[in-house]
Amino acid sequence: MLKYTLKRALMAILTIWVVVTITFFLMNSIPGDPFTDQKKIPPEIMEKLEKKYGLDQPLVVQYGKYLKNILKGDLGDSMKYKNRSVNSIIEEGFPVSFKVGMLAIIFAAVVGITFGTIAGLNRAKFFDFLVIILAVIGVSVPSFVFAALFQYVFGVKLKWFPVARWGTPAHYVMPVLALGIGYVAYIARMMRTSMLDVLNQDYIRTARAKGLSSTQVTWRHTIRNAILPIVTILGVSIAGIVVGSFVIENIFAIPGIGKHFVQSITHQDYTLIMGTTVFYAVILVVMMFLIDIFYGIVDPRIRLE
Amino acid sequence: MSEVKTEQVEGLKLTEDMFQRIGKDEKDYDKIVRPSLTYWADAWRRLKENKLAIMSLIILIVVVVMAFIGPLMRPWAYDDQDFTAINKAPDSVHWFGTDDLGRDIFVRCWDGAKISLFVALISTIINVTIGVVYGGISGYVGGRTDLIMMRIIEIIYSIPVLLWVILLMVVLGQGLGTIILAISITGWGGMARIVRGQVLQLKQMEFVLAAQTLGADTSRIILKHLIPNAMGPIIINLTFQVPGAIFTEAMLSYIGLGIPEPTASWGTLAEKGTKMLLIHPYQLLYPALLISITMLAFNILGDGLRDSLDPRLRQ
Amino acid sequence: MEKLNKDKLLLEVKDLHVSFDTYAGEVKAVRGVNFHVNRGETLAIVGESGCGKSVTAQTIMQLIPMPPGKIKKGSIIFDGNDLAKYSDKKMESVRGKEISMVFQDPMTSLNPTMKVGKQIMEGLIKHQKMSKEEAKKRAVEMLKLVGLPTPEKRAEQYPHEFSGGMRQRAMIAIALACNPKLLIADEPTTALDVTIQAQIIELMKDLQIKLDTAIILITHDLGVVAKISDRIAVMYAGVIVESGTSNEIFYKPKHPYTWGLLKSVPRLDLERKERLLPIYGTPPDLFSPPAGCPFAARCDYAMKICKEKYPQKFGITDTHHVHCWLQHEMAPEVKHPLAEGGTN
Repeated sequence: MLKYTLKRALMAILTIWVVVTITFFLMNSIPGDPFTDQKKIPPEIMEKLEKKYGLDQPLVVQYGKYLKNILKGDLGDSMKYKNRSVNSIIEEGFPVSFKVGMLAIIFAAVVGITFGTIAGLNRAKFFDFLVIILAVIGVSVPSFVFAALFQYVFGVKLKWFPVARWGTPAHYVMPVLALGIGYVAYIARMMRTSMLDVLNQDYIRTARAKGLSSTQVTWRHTIRNAILPIVTILGVSIAGIVVGSFVIENIFAIPGIGKHFVQSITHQDYTLIMGTTVFYAVILVVMMFLIDIFYGIVDPRIRLE
Repeated sequence: MSEVKTEQVEGLKLTEDMFQRIGKDEKDYDKIVRPSLTYWADAWRRLKENKLAIMSLIILIVVVVMAFIGPLMRPWAYDDQDFTAINKAPDSVHWFGTDDLGRDIFVRCWDGAKISLFVALISTIINVTIGVVYGGISGYVGGRTDLIMMRIIEIIYSIPVLLWVILLMVVLGQGLGTIILAISITGWGGMARIVRGQVLQLKQMEFVLAAQTLGADTSRIILKHLIPNAMGPIIINLTFQVPGAIFTEAMLSYIGLGIPEPTASWGTLAEKGTKMLLIHPYQLLYPALLISITMLAFNILGDGLRDSLDPRLRQ
Repeated sequence: MEKLNKDKLLLEVKDLHVSFDTYAGEVKAVRGVNFHVNRGETLAIVGESGCGKSVTAQTIMQLIPMPPGKIKKGSIIFDGNDLAKYSDKKMESVRGKEISMVFQDPMTSLNPTMKVGKQIMEGLIKHQKMSKEEAKKRAVEMLKLVGLPTPEKRAEQYPHEFSGGMRQRAMIAIALACNPKLLIADEPTTALDVTIQAQIIELMKDLQIKLDTAIILITHDLGVVAKISDRIAVMYAGVIVESGTSNEIFYKPKHPYTWGLLKSVPRLDLERKERLLPIYGTPPDLFSPPAGCPFAARCDYAMKICKEKYPQKFGITDTHHVHCWLQHEMAPEVKHPLAEGGTN
């Protein structure tokens, strides 16, 4: 288990380094420099700016400096928001994004696993077909369509929830639903498949041959084993929900990092793009790492490898 | 046993000649009563039984056909502006209504379909090609090469594909070509993994071993044995890649990295529609409906293909 | 007809028909099977793969998936009760407690994420109403009984930490934990190495004497059968074609199919220099079984009648029965090719 953990940790660090490196060189390969679009900057100020951001130095030196700063946890200064560091922008936006994302993933996991389980246990019956249909629709309809639909129906027409902006718990409902619903569908589908797979296993027959009741077989043997692959799928879902938040936060005008990230793209604020990407990478890689470790704990077969 | 004996057994009269020895039946003893079907015929039989999948296939054909003839059905081009008809709700003249510049949404939707499907198709083809080659090499060579190649995929895909696409788009700038390029060079990981898995599985199988012992060379084994056998999973993945690309294109438009105006794609149309949602909901309705129906059709068809192409499900 | 001793009789299967619904139609996997098992004895059911022997075994336990499986006809009288009429709920008190089962593949038959000890405990807690501590003690005892060294440690391990043979021992421990009256072993040695096979058979024989359990041994391997069984039923294409004591089947077989089986198995007890002979051809597809004897197409001794009518049951002795027209008095005399010293 220790070896497994160490191996995963090493892999995580390597991953973060690769992402940082690729991001850095991608951003620096953009022709010209970030200030070329502001044509009226006098040369002396330009020089000052370049000095401030270290752009006058060779790329390798810049890269070394960037790595060193990242190790210190310093993601640099925003190029468009005067006098704001990338760190402060992330600190401001992250708690909001985290809450929405977490709620969405919990919603997706709980509802998805429940639906998938019931569908798998009632193969080819009414509820199964219902879940299959809902799952396909959920995967097929983009989250922004759900967001718009919710805004229009629940916000404008029914007036159950505020259409946009941020503050009260009621503001959470529609963004969380819009963000999570695709993953409810995805997880339900995977859970259903996993249930059917496990139900076909020989050890389920062994459990039945022992005389266990169908409830006991279902809970102790089927669901327990079927849920394992879902743990790894949770990682994919978290990544998807992070990406989904770019759009959802914009639609609902939620002041999270997703919104800042999208704005940094429109503003071509390279340090902010780089900083946010690195931040996302760290968060996701750490999440994956935790999921891997958790998986190692719940699945005894992993530990030996 | 000289005398003629007869006997009644359950209504059947037994006579001596019935006990004449005829021996085994060389023609009959290997008879297989069940119709034997080839892999593809069997897959097609099961797909045909799946009404939803066939319906999806028809819907997709209709969408593709409409992408070409749809814009020709109305007198306007996708960028024709009519300032006398701005934000007009759908009626008999403008079937899907008009946008804030007085452009006909019906025409723009089908022109958008062309762009979106084009992006999806080209990027999927490139994706699949890279994925098959990468996964094929990784699985076939095996050993250290395989380990390193798979680690590379693992590292690249530990952050979402869309994030890579966005970074690339920032570098490359907006445009149709760059969208295709960005999606193409980032989305092959899933396919590579599938192909590698298939190759590893098939490598273990006896018929490949048999071919090797018979002296078939590597390229022949890949061409004649591995690829046909891996075709099922590849086709299934393909059907899921196309809606993935449509989705990515739409997301990019939302983030402001879409195809620049006045060209329409489903993504840019939907993005514009969301801005108008509270005043003119129909402007979102049609592109959103088209995206959703197309994605739905691809997903159902993909599911249907998976059920019919997976021989393990054969009963 | 053999006289069935009511006190000794444990299980009697009468005219059992089992079918499966598939896309192509109904597959008649079991087509009128009759046999019985006495208390404490071993009955072997022998046949090629697909002959319906596993389906028969799993039907007794109602473990076949229903649907598509279905008991079309017949009764399964166990200790005086007809299990064919039992609901799934009612079967729960039979499975694991009265009748247990060991399956073919020990690699997949144990739950990979549950400790082996716990898998043994489950049945004990359910049937014997034991507390966790008692069940655990008993589980360790069972692991010891099936010959696993350091059973306390083994009980705390997961199946993947066991070898194939050890897993099958654990399966036997699970099956015998509640002291069932009948153990159904469905190809228990097929997936194992030859050296391990003998050990597992020895173990089963040993435990049978200790625990006085009756065994139905399902196998395609006559070598396995010889070591352990009291009686043998030979199954072909969903019907039992011949049944008798082990001696009768091995030394005085009457059915050409049994001859074929015996010829295709290496035997150490007969000093023969003959080659092993395969039975040519494949069994009929049970999707549409032939009207006559199902073996007729592959039978060297087939007669016209064989193609038309399924042969009735011919009693050779009290214990030995065969379904073959060759036994009819009008049939030409055929010497069984393995006969040593005029057994016919």
